Amino acid sequence: MIELTLAQAAEGLRKKEFSSLELTKSVLERMKSLDSQVHAYVETCEDEALKQAEAADASLKEDSSVLHGIPVGLKDIFNTKGVRTTCCSNIIKDFVPPYDASVVSKLRDAGMVMVGKTNMDEFACGSSTEHSCFGVTKNPWDLDRVAGGSSGGSAAAVAADMAYYSLGTDTGGSIRQPASLCGVVGLKVTYGRVSRSGVTSMASSWDTIGPFTKTVEDAALVLKEIAGHDRRDSTTPKVDVPDYTKNLGQSIQGLKVGLPKEYFGEGIDPEVRKVLDEAISQLKSLGAEVKEVSLPSTKYAVAVYYVAMPAELSANLARFDGIRYGSKPKGDVEDMIDYYFQARSEGFGDEIKRRIMIGTYVLSAGYYDAYYKKAQQVRTLIIQDFNKVFEEVDVLATPVSPIPAFKIGEKADDPLSMYLADVFTIPSSCAGVPAISIPCGFTNQQLPVGLQIIGPQFEEGKILQVASAYEQSTEWHKQRPQL
Amino acid sequence: MLSNEEVQHIAKLARLGLKEEETKKFAKQLNDILDYVKLLEEVDTKDVPLTSQVTGLENVSREDNVERFCEKDELLGCTELPVERDQIRVKPVITEN
Repeated sequence: MIELTLAQAAEGLRKKEFSSLELTKSVLERMKSLDSQVHAYVETCEDEALKQAEAADASLKEDSSVLHGIPVGLKDIFNTKGVRTTCCSNIIKDFVPPYDASVVSKLRDAGMVMVGKTNMDEFACGSSTEHSCFGVTKNPWDLDRVAGGSSGGSAAAVAADMAYYSLGTDTGGSIRQPASLCGVVGLKVTYGRVSRSGVTSMASSWDTIGPFTKTVEDAALVLKEIAGHDRRDSTTPKVDVPDYTKNLGQSIQGLKVGLPKEYFGEGIDPEVRKVLDEAISQLKSLGAEVKEVSLPSTKYAVAVYYVAMPAELSANLARFDGIRYGSKPKGDVEDMIDYYFQARSEGFGDEIKRRIMIGTYVLSAGYYDAYYKKAQQVRTLIIQDFNKVFEEVDVLATPVSPIPAFKIGEKADDPLSMYLADVFTIPSSCAGVPAISIPCGFTNQQLPVGLQIIGPQFEEGKILQVASAYEQSTEWHKQRPQL
Repeated sequence: MLSNEEVQHIAKLARLGLKEEETKKFAKQLNDILDYVKLLEEVDTKDVPLTSQVTGLENVSREDNVERFCEKDELLGCTELPVERDQIRVKPVITEN
């Protein structure tokens, strides 16, 4: 039962082939037997999940949400009322939120069964889930390797059949990169498509929320349920939420797919490149018109990101002072200033401290123009690149990560080299456009590789269409890790 | 290049206390990162507008209706510090030192 897709599980519930309670028990069983190896979850919610499943069985109707009674794992950055929410940081390690994030309320109304909270890099800062105060998540395809990050737990949970779907957040690649490294589907939505209310902010002008699923169809189903305007998040525009499943199964004959030449240059692992080339041939054989295009400002995107993101992060994390919530300092303190220093020094990990310091520096008097203002200007140029290229083509096809999953600890002492691995996901985050990572093959060592499809703002339907056409013509998404 | 003293100063502004060996380690890493982002200097941004909001929303407003969000006690229940008369008791803000 655990290997079913979300759509299959929802159908099985309606046909009474099994109950939500049975689905939930099978996932909890799987978590018990496997998660000591994978460590996708930092909190298991067994009792609550069983109760939610019983309630879901009792209230299932023909027109219930497709998510009704389906076990889900949520990244530990989503506030969940009454369930500990830590952002995998010591500074709020015992925080139990008194309210749900808007997207969690939506799932609850849909009949959510939450089996647990998933592991992540502290405050979503990282590309490997190594910066979690609970320890690293292992890649289900090779337990010596990282699952990617920051939403590594959410990706690994779906890859290892420990959830039918999960939610994560993507600021510079934190859904797409782990999806690619774990061989699952990961969707980063248009900025503002899904409400961020009640989800701890990392970099507010970049943060997005999206699903990890086993198929493109499942991603379309989840998106329909979580997208839309929310008065608690003023950055969610009043743009209609279409039925994304209408785009599935449609031909991509004649559709124009751009290959940005800046994404296919040096620095890509040759095996990843080979898999990508085959995936692009497949798009051609499906009738897509593939042509080379250029996004000339691409090489500046990582630099823009590592100025603007820490600036926003340092401001957002200023609220964590161990007073209204979060951990108080361990030792005795004299006065308030001492309290702040101790609470924050003990509470934040090294990666957070690094980024807070970069942010503090680039925003400080005398440096603002040279760094922050400059970055916001170059961000405009990157957006203009995308606007221009989408006059020529419908979508872009690119790699997600230049390398497959790397060994745990391999990049731990070299933050910059970790940052540079986000080179293909950051530009689309700069422009706020949607992008999806779908499985498109394996390296010689059986490590998954993802294909990224990028579209114009609010054109999630278009990228789902291309992703679905590709997926339905290949078997990659059916492969499962041996665990 | 940021000196160790500058790193200490930035850490102080950010309310982070650093040990001496941490300062050295961070100084190197921060300088690597700042060196890298200098790449932006080569871009001509004369007359290029700034972007802080990518979907073009501006001055979003809504009806100013009061609604109940969380109960007072639920919110005060989040602190580890003592609560008196609906207020969190903290250490002295102003001291003789």
